[in-house]
Amino acid sequence: MFLKKVAFASSIALWAGGAYACEITARVNIIGNEFPAIQTVGAGAEECAGAEVSKNLTADHKDIHVAGMQGNPAEYTSAIVANSTLTILMNDDLVRPLDDLVAKHGDALQKSQLITVDGKVMAVAFMANAQHLMYRKDILEEIGVEPPKTYEDMLAAAEMIREKGIMQNPIGGAYAAGWNLAQEFNNMFIGYGGTFFKEGTAEPMINSEAGVNTLNMMKALTEYMNPDYLTHDSNATNAEYRAGNIAMLNMWGSRAASQTTADGVTDAVKNGHAIAGPLTVGGGSTPASTLWWDGWTVAKNVSDEEAEATFVAMMNGIRPDMMQNEEIRQQAVWLIDGYQPTDAAIGVFDAAKAGTVPYPMVPYMGLMHGSIGNELSDFLQGKESAEQALADIEAAYTAAAKEKGFLK
Amino acid sequence: MKHRTFFWFFLPTGLAMLLFIALPIVSVVIQSVYAPHEAVLKTVENCTPLVGCTTETTIDQDATRDIREAKPLGRFVGLDIYLDRGHLAAAEVGEAWSSSASMGEFFDRLFNLPLYRALAFTLTFTFIVTPLLIGFGLMIALAVNSLHSRLKGLMIFFSLLPMIVTPLIGSLILFWMVDSRGVIGSALVALAGDPNFSMKASTGLTWVMLIVYGVWHSAPFAFVVFYAGLQTLPKDQIEAAQIDGASRWQRIKYVVVPHLMPLVTFVALIQLMDNFRVFEPVVGFNASAHATSLSWIIFNDLGGETRQLSAASATSVLTILGVAILLSPVLVRTWRDFKGK
Repeated sequence: MFLKKVAFASSIALWAGGAYACEITARVNIIGNEFPAIQTVGAGAEECAGAEVSKNLTADHKDIHVAGMQGNPAEYTSAIVANSTLTILMNDDLVRPLDDLVAKHGDALQKSQLITVDGKVMAVAFMANAQHLMYRKDILEEIGVEPPKTYEDMLAAAEMIREKGIMQNPIGGAYAAGWNLAQEFNNMFIGYGGTFFKEGTAEPMINSEAGVNTLNMMKALTEYMNPDYLTHDSNATNAEYRAGNIAMLNMWGSRAASQTTADGVTDAVKNGHAIAGPLTVGGGSTPASTLWWDGWTVAKNVSDEEAEATFVAMMNGIRPDMMQNEEIRQQAVWLIDGYQPTDAAIGVFDAAKAGTVPYPMVPYMGLMHGSIGNELSDFLQGKESAEQALADIEAAYTAAAKEKGFLK
Repeated sequence: MKHRTFFWFFLPTGLAMLLFIALPIVSVVIQSVYAPHEAVLKTVENCTPLVGCTTETTIDQDATRDIREAKPLGRFVGLDIYLDRGHLAAAEVGEAWSSSASMGEFFDRLFNLPLYRALAFTLTFTFIVTPLLIGFGLMIALAVNSLHSRLKGLMIFFSLLPMIVTPLIGSLILFWMVDSRGVIGSALVALAGDPNFSMKASTGLTWVMLIVYGVWHSAPFAFVVFYAGLQTLPKDQIEAAQIDGASRWQRIKYVVVPHLMPLVTFVALIQLMDNFRVFEPVVGFNASAHATSLSWIIFNDLGGETRQLSAASATSVLTILGVAILLSPVLVRTWRDFKGK
């Protein structure tokens, strides 16, 4: 582990001293989420010389980026965002169109990297992400079943594993009340063919047959989960998997590579770890998952000089020659020119191939996501019916959407 | 003190209080009666990697900007936010009252609403934790006070530890210990004889855990105050009581406790206020599925991807009102004492 880090650091140092030069003339300040691929992009931007480049990469980025970009001049000149967070920044008109900067400095970009809204480039994507199946092939072989393709298969396999006494709770899931739980609902709901809103309006319509099916399937899955599931976020779920307590889980592709390399992974997990595309559910053909991208933006409330410096620095953070580094290649499913997929990328590519839909980019999706996260736990604890839970979600969402001016 | 002297003496404090207490409260109240403007939506084409182009709804920024500039505060909504489902839920409570067959059903439906559910936990927490921590604080103070003077320093330090540890860290440590794979958690599983036994999965046990944590964390505060009070205990009274043949229990009941009574009022006041704003344990224990508090609702409204400033402000104002109601009996008594003098 240590040697790897040394090799990684020295390889970065090599490029910094190498032929590639990045010169900027104004300050750059980056806010973004915290995982290895984003750290790499941030480090790449920091290599630029001529002006100060600072970054604030934290899991709490969602709580501070709006406030940090609302002032004029904005504190942050760039925010690293995903589908959902770009919408939030655009709701408050905090990011600038990048067409002119792309024309001037964006030669290294592929067309597919440009996130365009209404014909204007609003963000530059550098990686794709999706939740998909991870499983222990050794355990599935032991019970003699193929890796599951549907959630119904998963339940059947889980029952067999439990019956044979291999594991008490073979299914894992990031079901922590709040954002994680709501995301699992979204996945399943899309898998059952549900739509969140009435076409073209902010009116909710999750209290439907798809909604009820979703909740019942989630409840069925929780029967095979660690009883503490309502407190398990992605990190806690992965810890359970690495400790060998879980055989199957729906997990983020961005975590696929580190699943066997983190500290404390048992040998059985290291050898048995396998990944596959996302599962379908209820006989549907759309995978019960969502497709995500991560990319960067440039703040609106900064001077043109700072915007240009930010663009140049961020371009340095996603330059194609980084794709020659094995360590970096492993970190994500990069959208950068010259990226050769690694084994860890299979799941995300399968998700894209199977027609996984992107996470909805409507302005009121954040409110819906929040309401789902708050109102679902009563149902999973058996305190109320599925219909009641869905009605609660719609009522909570309606109150919030009225406040924010999306509904009258 | 002359009025003039008093004025100059009080001016810096008064200004600071105006700036740091009164103004923010005024701003929160204003924020709570205004909401963001109605969004002007339009349909546009979005293009994203691996998917291609799709039609999506977005906010029409040009149209919205004009409205925002004309009225930067937002639209005036009066008490609408206070009365919506996320807060006092006037319509929902009325509906539940008129259509429920029994009180049980009414309360079921009432506690399904976020604010009332949070109030149920917040009040339970406040009224169980406060008396318990006063009792424990007094017991520890009496115990430490009767120790040999060489041991006292060490014991005071250890008794204060729960208060020294940052609340969030303290609750996280306990959270990991009660995890079904943690020390206490696995011990409980063995005791219960049920492999699926989990403290975190049960609402009742989560409440107990939070209350135990609340007492553990705040008892040292009561202890410090009472211990200081014990140092001012008049020796002659105790000795007189001893000579009169009072037992240890009687001395505590008739001499020590009455002497500490003003301090008990003080601790009760501070702790009622603090416990009503319970927040860190709910976050630290990841307990929001089972127990929410008013402060947690504010945090949740501000922490979501879409920040709900008006909703958070309304809950803040309700919390201030709640604290005022909670403290009113004590405040009224203080005022009467003041008038009487």
